[in-house]
Amino acid sequence: MDFRLSEEQDKFRQEVRDFLEGEIKQGLWEPSCDAWIMGHNPEFTKRVSQKDWIGLTWPKEYGGQGRSYVDRLILTEEMLRYGAPAACHWFADRQIGGAVVHYGTDQQKKELLPMILKGEAYVGLGMSEPDAGSDLASLKTKATEDGDDFIIDGQKTWTSGGGNMNWIYLVARTDPDAVKHKGISEFFFKTDLPGVSVTPIEDITGGVHFNEVFFENVRIPKTSLIGERNRGFYQILNQLDYERSGMERLMANYPLFEAVIKYSKETKQNGKPLAEDPLVRAKLAQLKIEFEIGRLHMYRIAMVMDEGRAPNWESSMSKVYGTAFEQHLAGAAIEILGLYGQLSPESKRVPMRGMAYHSYLSSKGYSLQAGSSEVLKNILALRKLELPNQ
Amino acid sequence: MNLALSEEQEMLKTMARDVLADKLPKTAVKEIEESEEGYSAELWKEMAGLGWMGLAFPEKYGGSGMSFLDLAMLLEEMGRACLPGPYFSTVVLSGFTILDIGTDGQKDEYLPKISSGEAIFTLALTEPSASYKESGIGTKAAAEGDSYVISGTKLFVPDANVADYILVAARTDKGITLFIVDAKSPGISTTVLKTIANDKLCEVVFDKVKVPKDNVLGEPDQGWPEVEKIIQRAAVGKCCEMTGCIQQALDMTVEYAKDRKQYGRPIGSFQVIQHYCADMATDVDGTRLSAYQAAWMVSVGLPCTQEVAIAKAWAGEACQRVMALAHQIHGAIGVTIDHDLQYYTRRAKAAEVSFGDASFHREVVAREMGL
Ligand SMILES: Cc1cc2nc3c(=O)[nH]c(=O)nc-3n(C[C@H](O)[C@H](O)[C@H](O)COP(=O)(O)OP(=O)(O)OC[C@H]3O[C@@H](n4cnc5c(N)ncnc54)[C@H](O)[C@@H]3O)c2cc1C
Ligand SMILES: Cc1cc2nc3c(=O)[nH]c(=O)nc-3n(C[C@H](O)[C@H](O)[C@H](O)COP(=O)(O)OP(=O)(O)OC[C@H]3O[C@@H](n4cnc5c(N)ncnc54)[C@H](O)[C@@H]3O)c2cc1C
Repeated sequence: MDFRLSEEQDKFRQEVRDFLEGEIKQGLWEPSCDAWIMGHNPEFTKRVSQKDWIGLTWPKEYGGQGRSYVDRLILTEEMLRYGAPAACHWFADRQIGGAVVHYGTDQQKKELLPMILKGEAYVGLGMSEPDAGSDLASLKTKATEDGDDFIIDGQKTWTSGGGNMNWIYLVARTDPDAVKHKGISEFFFKTDLPGVSVTPIEDITGGVHFNEVFFENVRIPKTSLIGERNRGFYQILNQLDYERSGMERLMANYPLFEAVIKYSKETKQNGKPLAEDPLVRAKLAQLKIEFEIGRLHMYRIAMVMDEGRAPNWESSMSKVYGTAFEQHLAGAAIEILGLYGQLSPESKRVPMRGMAYHSYLSSKGYSLQAGSSEVLKNILALRKLELPNQ
Repeated sequence: MNLALSEEQEMLKTMARDVLADKLPKTAVKEIEESEEGYSAELWKEMAGLGWMGLAFPEKYGGSGMSFLDLAMLLEEMGRACLPGPYFSTVVLSGFTILDIGTDGQKDEYLPKISSGEAIFTLALTEPSASYKESGIGTKAAAEGDSYVISGTKLFVPDANVADYILVAARTDKGITLFIVDAKSPGISTTVLKTIANDKLCEVVFDKVKVPKDNVLGEPDQGWPEVEKIIQRAAVGKCCEMTGCIQQALDMTVEYAKDRKQYGRPIGSFQVIQHYCADMATDVDGTRLSAYQAAWMVSVGLPCTQEVAIAKAWAGEACQRVMALAHQIHGAIGVTIDHDLQYYTRRAKAAEVSFGDASFHREVVAREMGL
């Protein structure tokens, strides 16, 4: 056992920090909560790509760096710490590249991976539908074979970054007669096609980040099929393990944590810094404790992945834990700000750029996206603890 | 970074689990708890024979030269088995302290006795103030010729009823000083308290107890930072025991939930029970990860004030959540005295308040955060 990172890893962390601090100093962007999923900044993504920080864990033969998942965790940890606007490449880097490496044909690897590495694939994840949320396998969007093509018809919803995407990773039904898990396939294709339309959905913060995506007679070539036809559901289960495993499940609103600590030290109430109030101290210390426990969960997962295992129950456990922490942080931050906590980012006198307000509202979705906490606890109970189904 | 146990650690852990499962069924725990001594001399000898007392002490003191982290594996299994007795007092509280700050002479004299199982040690730190702060120590030690004379009352001293030696933290001229006191010295009187964990916490009254100056442990007046280290090490040790305690409570509960049928199906098939178990497992893993991290840091000698405080604050509250759910799932059978669960419930509560509860350690974390 050794909880230390290697010297190279410490150096790597420093390199990422120097890069991000440099960007902030130049005024290229401001740290913000949820920037990994809401901060669309193609120039930033280009610069990250130029650092070779996309595809860090992919094999070298595919243009990746062949580095460990712990290295990647360090990178994402710092991106989240600084609230960097990484949304353009986040999904592609986190799960799409891996899926192509895993399930793609040689031709697909040759075409798709370089584009992802260059930070040019702004991917939307087309899984959920109005009637298929947790129960993804009940999805209705159809992909019908037609000569050398598939024709896509149906609707996806809650597609994060749908307004900015140029590619979509779509899960659709290819065999309407099979039992529902067994007739699903995965596709990856460009979205600038006739018949694709995107309608934004205003979220609870008043922002626009997820969307409805409609497919009407959309013709895609058969080469868009990723992996085995009708095995898509099983592929996606594996991909979801990775989707759930990331540091964003603990640090989506980390900039708020640093801001509220700073605020507590600097803001005086009754002539004394807030941080000297025993209740505020206890709240902040408890958050720190919960955060550090979560961090250990996250590093454990990276190590599971470095062993070559998909982090199945481990990422279920850590996602439930981490998103609960994020929600706790957001709530506690408003409590510490007191009356000021209710001020919106646009308001006069709002402290901390309104991060607490924003995060409190946006964090409600954390425990739903990529597997709700309830569904994840089911996984933990059935697969790890082997409790009976009935 | 590497979070896996070494092969030796795996072996040690399995061996400890097997030995304790064999030698220490709950009937034996009950018998020991009800005995006057609070430990089994026979088992004590066997443990010494297995090299457990000296596990982490150098070979020249009769030990095996393993690390604190290796010891953590044992402590976890002792927590799982609900081992009663003075192992923690002797090894974690006292042995390590002597190894850390004792003179060569003291180490030569006392450590082999610990390794061989010949002597039982304990630490008399807390007092009626029930505080782990320096200000909580009122017991005085006055220099008189070649000796100090100690007077005062220590409270919640574990295993003092059977100890051969007591490490005592007392107030001297300019600070706190630690002493190694022969438990048979005239002027010491010990009364066993009755506790929730059925362990032997004692009131120990020192009435003008004479201790030779040679028995000062560490520097006179400079003892408080050492005491803080003792508390830190003890807190980590407790976290390891607590990990074993709640892991076993979880295992028992999951087994029970698979077995127990109501409404014609195992209660473990009800989703609410599944989610309770998932919550318990998450708490157990967080406790273990943070306990191991802290134990590793103690082991390699890194500064770890924050990590220890995090581990103990977390463990204290996580144990309460786990035990509450364990009981809920066990139904009425779990609140009977003949069911094994109660051993864990009682110990988990005592462990929560020992060596700093969550509030105590949150304040440490707050200071480390610069608040
Ligand atoms: C911010 C945000 C971003 C998102 N981004 C995307 C995206 O980019 N692409 C995409 O495809 N989807 C996305 N989603 C959708 C997300 O995947 C779904 O919200 C999620 O799968 C849950 O589905 P649902 O919202 O329909 O809720 P439902 O499935 O209807 O669930 C409602 C409630 O019932 C519970 N429930 C459901 N089934 C069970 C069960 N078996 N046992 C116990 N409880 C159960 C749930 O836990 C939840 O509490 C996003 C969602 C959010 C909030
Ligand atoms: C202090 C005490 C005094 C008592 N006094 C009396 C008395 O005077 N007379 C008397 O007749 N009884 C008495 N009881 C028994 C009491 O009524 C039972 O304990 C209670 O009915 C639960 O049954 P059980 O203990 O067998 O647990 P079980 O029914 O086995 O339940 C175990 C766990 O499974 C859960 N569970 C069971 N079914 C479901 C379900 N469908 N969905 C979700 N979860 C489920 C339970 O909530 C519980 O968490 C007493 C119990 C206690 C603890």
